[in-house]
Amino acid sequence: MAAMTREETQALIQEVLEVYPDKAKKDRAKHLAVNDQTIEQSKKCITSNRKSQPGVMTIRGCAYAGSRGVVWGPIKDMIHISHGPVGCGQYSRAGRRNYYVGMTGVNTFGTMNFTSDFQEKDIVFGGDKKLDKILSEIEQLFPLAKGISVQSECPIGLIGDDIESVAKKKSKELDKPVVPVRCEGFRGVSQSLGHHIANDAIRDWVIGNRDGDNSFETTPYDVAVIGDYNIGGDAWASRILLEEMGLRVVAQWAGDGTLSEMELTPKVKLNLIHCYRSVNYISRHMEEKYGIPWMEYNFFGPTKIAESLRAIAERFDETIQANAEKVIAKYQAEYEAVVAKYRPRLEGKRVMLYVGGLRPRHIIGAYEDLGMEVVGTGYEFAHNDDYDRTIKEMGDSTLLYDDVTGYEFEEFVKRIKPDLIGSGIKEKYIFQKMGIPFRQMHSWDYSGPYHGYDGFAIFARDMDMTINNPCWKSMQAPWLKSDADDAAAPMAASA
Amino acid sequence: MPNVMIRKNDDGCLLFYVAKKDMEETIASVETDTADAWGGAVELTDGSRWYIEPISPPPSFPTTLRFKRAED
Repeated sequence: MAAMTREETQALIQEVLEVYPDKAKKDRAKHLAVNDQTIEQSKKCITSNRKSQPGVMTIRGCAYAGSRGVVWGPIKDMIHISHGPVGCGQYSRAGRRNYYVGMTGVNTFGTMNFTSDFQEKDIVFGGDKKLDKILSEIEQLFPLAKGISVQSECPIGLIGDDIESVAKKKSKELDKPVVPVRCEGFRGVSQSLGHHIANDAIRDWVIGNRDGDNSFETTPYDVAVIGDYNIGGDAWASRILLEEMGLRVVAQWAGDGTLSEMELTPKVKLNLIHCYRSVNYISRHMEEKYGIPWMEYNFFGPTKIAESLRAIAERFDETIQANAEKVIAKYQAEYEAVVAKYRPRLEGKRVMLYVGGLRPRHIIGAYEDLGMEVVGTGYEFAHNDDYDRTIKEMGDSTLLYDDVTGYEFEEFVKRIKPDLIGSGIKEKYIFQKMGIPFRQMHSWDYSGPYHGYDGFAIFARDMDMTINNPCWKSMQAPWLKSDADDAAAPMAASA
Repeated sequence: MPNVMIRKNDDGCLLFYVAKKDMEETIASVETDTADAWGGAVELTDGSRWYIEPISPPPSFPTTLRFKRAED
């Protein structure tokens, strides 16, 4: 199918909206848009960060997911208590594949689930005593934990527990940071507010911990990598490029991050922001309080990596700039071989994305390096500033969808017929059953890393093995096949 | 009277960021922008107008200031 014109895309949106009642139609129409690269401000074409309509299938998470699952969870040497009933922690445990090094249960706790397991009596009489007891038990059982964070689940806010006072008291008693985080799930419209609350907690309880302590020796080349969650080892694949350039990565969080790295972040010269959506708040704070500039970078695909490495080097002296060129040259043969191998197999394939955070815009470059085209993209929980950045990356007349509903997404796919969809686990099996190749782009479908030059090779391989998998030719039962299908069959067998 | 964080972007333009509203806009014009004061009526690129009593000496950016919505 050829690329759609602006009118066709607009007509498609109208057609899909047709089934909704008037009120819902009016609301949803604001969240769907045809991309127009001439627009500077996304709020003129798309509305985002609004409450989802009751009755539609949204795949958003909650504030607890944003704080416990995304920002705090990967800090590996702290224990994060899911304070409240047992389910929230258990069903989100280890799902994001934030890799880390360390001995789980001894000095690192990333994949473990700690919960206060609220019962009826805790709701009736309050859970502060229980929290107090849990904090002491943790100290006894896991003395190497560097700190503890209390991640509130919904009931904590509803019954009005004072977790701050317990945290302050126990912090003194245990002589380690105890951070209360007010990330009750009902706050906000999506996980996005959870990121903000988590950032505020980091600001209030962690960032200032080493103010006035100058024992840490700094260099002019200190940087911090913030907002890389090390999914499948992403942060490691990014970090080596920065280190090869001659920069010193002082802190890396949250993926494979530690409490002391977070505390040392205000000592760096430049903050490198990977996931803008989830950590821009803390970067802004550090810029204001400590004068540390921050910049976003994109390590998906060789074109964007080279652009980002040069932009980062631009902030430093000539040696770093020369090193950046050396790093790009060093990997050139490697990534050219990847492109040469996979591009002929993937050329012209069309992709639709629907993810969260930064991926709906950052991955576009990597697909383009492989000759593929992104024809539709959208975010679960983005704000206007994310769409501002997306409009420039996406082609004209492509489809933008914010907080897309299950129904809308299926209808768009039926009409646009992309060759690949990149979205989450909740969409995966629907689209695979529809016969459309699918990659789970939240946790790289149990693969990864995808960042950096090393990650690009894996990314290209994964896309190839998904799109060109022979199973897609076996979607029709043998007795339903026409002669035309039979003619294609021997080719499939030899592929 | 929202708290507004003013910072410079890469092009040297001033950005007007309201954390509570998650709004970030470029400042189009500032009434008083001299060596010894900064403030007055501030107009953003989206057309909205805000007001702050001129601050003397001018603050160094980034910084957080309290703005008022300008009444027209």
